[in-house]
Amino acid sequence: MATKAQKTSETASKSRTRSAKAKSDAKKPASADTPPALTEDQERHAYREMLLIRRFEEKAGQMYGMGLIGGFCHLYIGQEAVVIGMQMALEEGDQVITGYRDHGHMLACGMDPKGVMAELTGRRGGLSKGKGGSMHMFSREKDFYGGHGIVGAQVSLGNGIAFANRYRKNDRVCLTYFGDGAANQGQVYESFNMASLWKLPVVFVIENNKYAMGTSTQRATAQGDFSQRGASFDIEGEQVDGMDVRAVREAGLRAVERCRKGEGPYILEMITYRYRGHSMSDPAKYRSKEEVQKMRTENDPIERVRVRMIDRGLASEDDLKAVDKEVRGIVGEAAEFAQTDPEPDVSELYTDILR
Amino acid sequence: MPIEVLMPALSPTMEEGTLSKWLKAEGDPVSAGDILAEIETDKATMEVEAVDEGVLGKIMVADGTENVKVNTPIAMILEEGEDKSALDAAAKGDKTPEKSEAKSEDKAEAPKEEASEENGDDDTEKPAGPPLAATPLLKPDDDPEIPDGTEMVKTSVREALRDAMAEEMRRDEAVFVMGEEVAEYQGAYKVTQGLLQEFGDMRVIDTPITEHGFTGLGVGAALTGLKPIVEFMTFNFAMQAMDQIINSAAKTLYMSGGQMGCPIVFRGPNGAAARVAAQHSQDYSAWYSQIPGLKVVMPWTAADAKGLLKAAIRDPNPVVFLENEMLYGQSFDVPKLDDYVLPIGKAKIARPGTDATIVSWGIGMTYAVKAAEALDEMGISAELIDLRTIRPLDIDTVIESVKKTGRCVTVEEGWPICSVSSEIAKQVQEKAFDWLDAPILSITGKDVPMPYAANLEVLAKPSVPELIEAVKAVCYR
Ligand SMILES: Cc1ncc(C[n+]2csc(CCOP(=O)(O)OP(=O)(O)O)c2C)c(N)n1
Ligand SMILES: [Mg+2]
Repeated sequence: MATKAQKTSETASKSRTRSAKAKSDAKKPASADTPPALTEDQERHAYREMLLIRRFEEKAGQMYGMGLIGGFCHLYIGQEAVVIGMQMALEEGDQVITGYRDHGHMLACGMDPKGVMAELTGRRGGLSKGKGGSMHMFSREKDFYGGHGIVGAQVSLGNGIAFANRYRKNDRVCLTYFGDGAANQGQVYESFNMASLWKLPVVFVIENNKYAMGTSTQRATAQGDFSQRGASFDIEGEQVDGMDVRAVREAGLRAVERCRKGEGPYILEMITYRYRGHSMSDPAKYRSKEEVQKMRTENDPIERVRVRMIDRGLASEDDLKAVDKEVRGIVGEAAEFAQTDPEPDVSELYTDILR
Repeated sequence: MPIEVLMPALSPTMEEGTLSKWLKAEGDPVSAGDILAEIETDKATMEVEAVDEGVLGKIMVADGTENVKVNTPIAMILEEGEDKSALDAAAKGDKTPEKSEAKSEDKAEAPKEEASEENGDDDTEKPAGPPLAATPLLKPDDDPEIPDGTEMVKTSVREALRDAMAEEMRRDEAVFVMGEEVAEYQGAYKVTQGLLQEFGDMRVIDTPITEHGFTGLGVGAALTGLKPIVEFMTFNFAMQAMDQIINSAAKTLYMSGGQMGCPIVFRGPNGAAARVAAQHSQDYSAWYSQIPGLKVVMPWTAADAKGLLKAAIRDPNPVVFLENEMLYGQSFDVPKLDDYVLPIGKAKIARPGTDATIVSWGIGMTYAVKAAEALDEMGISAELIDLRTIRPLDIDTVIESVKKTGRCVTVEEGWPICSVSSEIAKQVQEKAFDWLDAPILSITGKDVPMPYAANLEVLAKPSVPELIEAVKAVCYR
């Protein structure tokens, strides 16, 4: 074990920090230590929020198919538990930054689905007035710093946000999300070094969905345990079952807490999976249908909450149907708005270049 | 009402495709996420997923059909509780099938019309004639008056830059400086001398050698509202950080619809030093000047360095501030004023003249001044314009001068192809063609990597004799 585990907190024993297991298939998270149960409210919240992302993304996919959304459109379907679980670990004022697969993060941050969808369709009511598109949206109000199209760039930027927290002597924490592909970018390690050197309050959330476009992690990475990528920089990390919102939240709470206490950065490798292609135009021929189907049927993050809620008697099928209906309503409204809202005024071409 | 499933566009360029195979049959139940069919786009075979719940009521386009246009209805899904009769009703047109989407034709046209109506402004409708600099800017202010009797203090460019940073750091807690060797070492070129002692290590930050990473960090901090001054040991090394400067710093304001500004200064020595060869001797003024969302400043004198760096630090936008190692030690008069701030985007007439206009900036001004003195003795009166800022370019000041002299020569150390000189020549011929009495000439660095050998290095740079010859040529002398 390369990290200097600080097994101080009572939860540290649960930390699945482990030695590198090179090139192995990503670890199937141990079901032995089941994460703490969520309360009824938390289960309900997680279910609804994840479902909102799922339905939103399905709708976005459909609208892309109709030519209403242009360019690249990267859907988050399958990975919902990651952002929702992490968001449940945050406090007001904590910041989030991610790459281009960002719709889920924005919804999780509480950004208006209408504004997100209208940005996808390039309309004036979009969160970036139609000038950013799917990959580039921001919200000062919700402390969401984008939405970045250059793989890995958000990692350095996230460091800056965390640096600003330290500079201002507040106790906010920045969540910096990036993919398994991005984890091979040089600037990630430049950032790890500075984050550790200066004890920046940043949690690096690596969303390991096993593929970077068409390249599986096995084909792209010499060392397959991303949670240990900080070892040379004295940054501890652990792998988390990113398909289980409870596990994500629990790990997130610990990581965020450490950062808030000034103990410096932490890495959470979320073992997750995207069901759809990399973007809407990816036929995903690099993996088998069975692989996808297996994930969907056995490990779906939303289904897992649904089943739990039914089993625990926290909700009836009808209750959950009603949630679905409510969520579909929100998404439908967003879709409607995103199609009826006008395109940006032509005068917007020359605005927002300089202040 | 039954829900229509439309032929999807599954690539940014797809207009039609082949419906290869249905994976569900009529009567099959479907739920969101189920794969209904496979289609072939212009690029690949793709799966069509269901978005809605229900029963596949009717397949409208059979397996194997080619050239199915995007947005053609290919199937109907019956919602819970509906039966086949709903399909008939839909077919008869009693009820239009529910479409959750507007037709794609609507989206392109309607808003455009609306926009032009609202505007009623001719200019916005004509695609021709966009402003030359993409960013329309308010006219820059003039330099502030220097009150009579103000003491002038001989100051090196190095000290002037340091003073500017120190003054701004005293004034605003959000300003900090970071870079390699800026703190303990007092600056690789001693520009940050004394700052660590005055402001401490939270505001004067030695970074590891990690340009890409620390530039991104600076940009991220700026997005939160801090005002970093990022020093590059030299701008040659900023190529490692180009992505963060351009893709993150310059573009985020636009991409965020005006929400996220980036008040940051990137500064450091730029251009050729002496005998350090190709990788350490490059002028980046033309590179950065191409980027909308950046301001690019390149001062020559100590007074301008001070006034413009203060302005750059206060500017809410990312400013690339190009210094020059050869100028650091040169001294100029700097007015002793509490707060000497100059306008970014304003050129200065460094020396009035009547016969020809010489345009330059930064280190280029050293050639211009020497040439002008020599030309004077030959009876040619050259007007010298120091651009000071390259983006936004104060072309008006250049044009005004050219209208007076009818002749224009530019000089810069950068390479000739797609140079700042090229841009000036283009704009001058566009805006003052009728006033020109001769072609516009440019004296630039030669189109080669900077050589190491002393004699070759001299040849690779512009020279005063070349400039003198060029001015004589446009004056037909
Ligand atoms: C610097 C850079 N290189 C390449 C690309 C093209 N690209 C976009 S996404 C992507 C794959 C990234 O995969 P990963 O980091 O695993 O994230 P995921 O898509 O799985 O969420 C690539 C190569 C890019 N946008 N930026
Ligand atoms: Mg990936």
